[in-house]
Amino acid sequence: MATAPSQRFRMGLVHAALLVYTAISLVPVLVVLMNSFKARRDIFGSPLTPPLPETASLAGYRQVMAQGDFVLYFQNSLIVTVGSLIFVLLFGAMAAFAFSEYRFRLNSVLALFLALGIMVPIRLGTVAILQMMVAAGLVNTLTALVLVYTAQGLPLAVFILSEFMKTVPEDLKNAGRVDGLSEYRIFFQLVVPLVRPALATVAVFTMIPIWNDLWFPLILAPGEETRTVTLGAQIFLGQYVTNWEAVLSALSLAIVPILVLYLIFSRQLIRGITAGAVK
Amino acid sequence: MTDRPIARRRWHIAVFLAPALLVYTVVMIVPLFQTLALGLENVRDGATRFVGLDNFRVLFGDPRWSAGFWNAFQNNLVFFAFHMLVQNPIGIALAALLTVPRLRGVALYRTALFLPTILSFVIVGFIWRLLLSPLWGVAPSVLDAVGLRFLFAPWLGQEGSALIAVSLVSVWQFVGIPMILIYAALITIPSEITEAAECDGITGFKQFFKIKLPLILPTIGLVSILTFVANFNAFDIVYVMQGALGGPNGSTDILGTYLYRTFFGFQLQSGDRHMGAAVATAMFLFILVGVSFYLFVIQRRMRRYQM
Repeated sequence: MATAPSQRFRMGLVHAALLVYTAISLVPVLVVLMNSFKARRDIFGSPLTPPLPETASLAGYRQVMAQGDFVLYFQNSLIVTVGSLIFVLLFGAMAAFAFSEYRFRLNSVLALFLALGIMVPIRLGTVAILQMMVAAGLVNTLTALVLVYTAQGLPLAVFILSEFMKTVPEDLKNAGRVDGLSEYRIFFQLVVPLVRPALATVAVFTMIPIWNDLWFPLILAPGEETRTVTLGAQIFLGQYVTNWEAVLSALSLAIVPILVLYLIFSRQLIRGITAGAVK
Repeated sequence: MTDRPIARRRWHIAVFLAPALLVYTVVMIVPLFQTLALGLENVRDGATRFVGLDNFRVLFGDPRWSAGFWNAFQNNLVFFAFHMLVQNPIGIALAALLTVPRLRGVALYRTALFLPTILSFVIVGFIWRLLLSPLWGVAPSVLDAVGLRFLFAPWLGQEGSALIAVSLVSVWQFVGIPMILIYAALITIPSEITEAAECDGITGFKQFFKIKLPLILPTIGLVSILTFVANFNAFDIVYVMQGALGGPNGSTDILGTYLYRTFFGFQLQSGDRHMGAAVATAMFLFILVGVSFYLFVIQRRMRRYQM
């Protein structure tokens, strides 16, 4: 192995390059998280050092908890995200089943009609969506957001799920039919459990943009009672821009849930992308 | 299967499809077309009338509107160019590094590099506003540490650099998407191909550019069109970092923020839903042109290339 040292050297370069970029992507987030646990003087005095016993402080968190209604915002975000997610997964899986299982005249036309939504952003229909929500009396309700996010999430969900459902063996479904199961039971009892990994992938994909969206909460539900975390954080950060302890704590509070979620689901997410991207 | 009663099965199809099609059509497709229709109307003498393409004549030609619109359009092009020239090449490079054979810790790198992508614009925008702020001065002290202090300027506050700074922040956030898509394409290249190349002595950089890159061109095309749609639909990052006016002095105003101000109004400007709908329609047309160009010109050519 005459090439071993140069091989090792090249590996070292690869690691060095990746580490530099990893630092670029992580350090900004870490700086904010770190400083949120420090007192005001130390946030400015030594922004790049971690909170030490003598500089640690929870003052920022206390202020956020006292001033902002972050608990309410979290609750709203949770309701909207989970609500939309359930509809996207249920309706999406049902439609995907119809497209992948049955042959009917409008199959490919309707599939194409749904696929349109992958390329065309729903945001461009905002003007009419707002009008519709006003007419239906749904402005400043979480229902409006759930409806919009369900519509937004469906196209990609149907697309990914139909690809997966095509891989469910035909024999299994036919055996169910021979045993007299209805098409609904075949779907719920045979197919859905088999595509659970795909459902998890779609769930992660759907969840992240919903949790993070600013546009629709800003337009459809800006009221104090219906604010999501993203909108709440935006407003809070705007108002208390001079109160650095509170701002950093608010930011951290908004980062942590999605961060935890990401760390739990990251393998699923990346597996989903690597499996679904190149078909 | 002739033994299955066809007529009974047709109902199932409708039941399975109805919820998805209903929500999607009512909440997404109908509003999209209504928006397009609203763009053809305006209020004349106190009544809403059909005015044809009048709104677009105003938007594209009347200096009160067109100056802002074309400025936003131009900024949007710059914003897109930065993503194509910085984000996608970095994404490709990272994916290439991650697929180096026998590399350890790939999963860890992948997770870390993808992390900014999952954060919301509000968080990303604010993090960078704080880091780049001359007040807090994390950026100056970091530059100081590497002896480049003289480079520091309030980048977000200067007309010349604000758009570049915002674009780069967006690049920082979304580099994970091209990275992961290209990575996925690279790992599915059959090993026979790379092994054959190695037998011919084609390795390392040469192998990447001569063998792998041509094979992943379709994915690069897909990444480009996704970048295009996302960029021409962007709003949040500018709104969060520079406000609805796309300051300083409109230098970071893009179509998304322009749409927001036109439709909802901002400060002294009052909202106008017909002009807002016209702006949305214009954006829709830009995106449609881009997507069609991709589907009918680029993707078709790539298929031929692959065969």
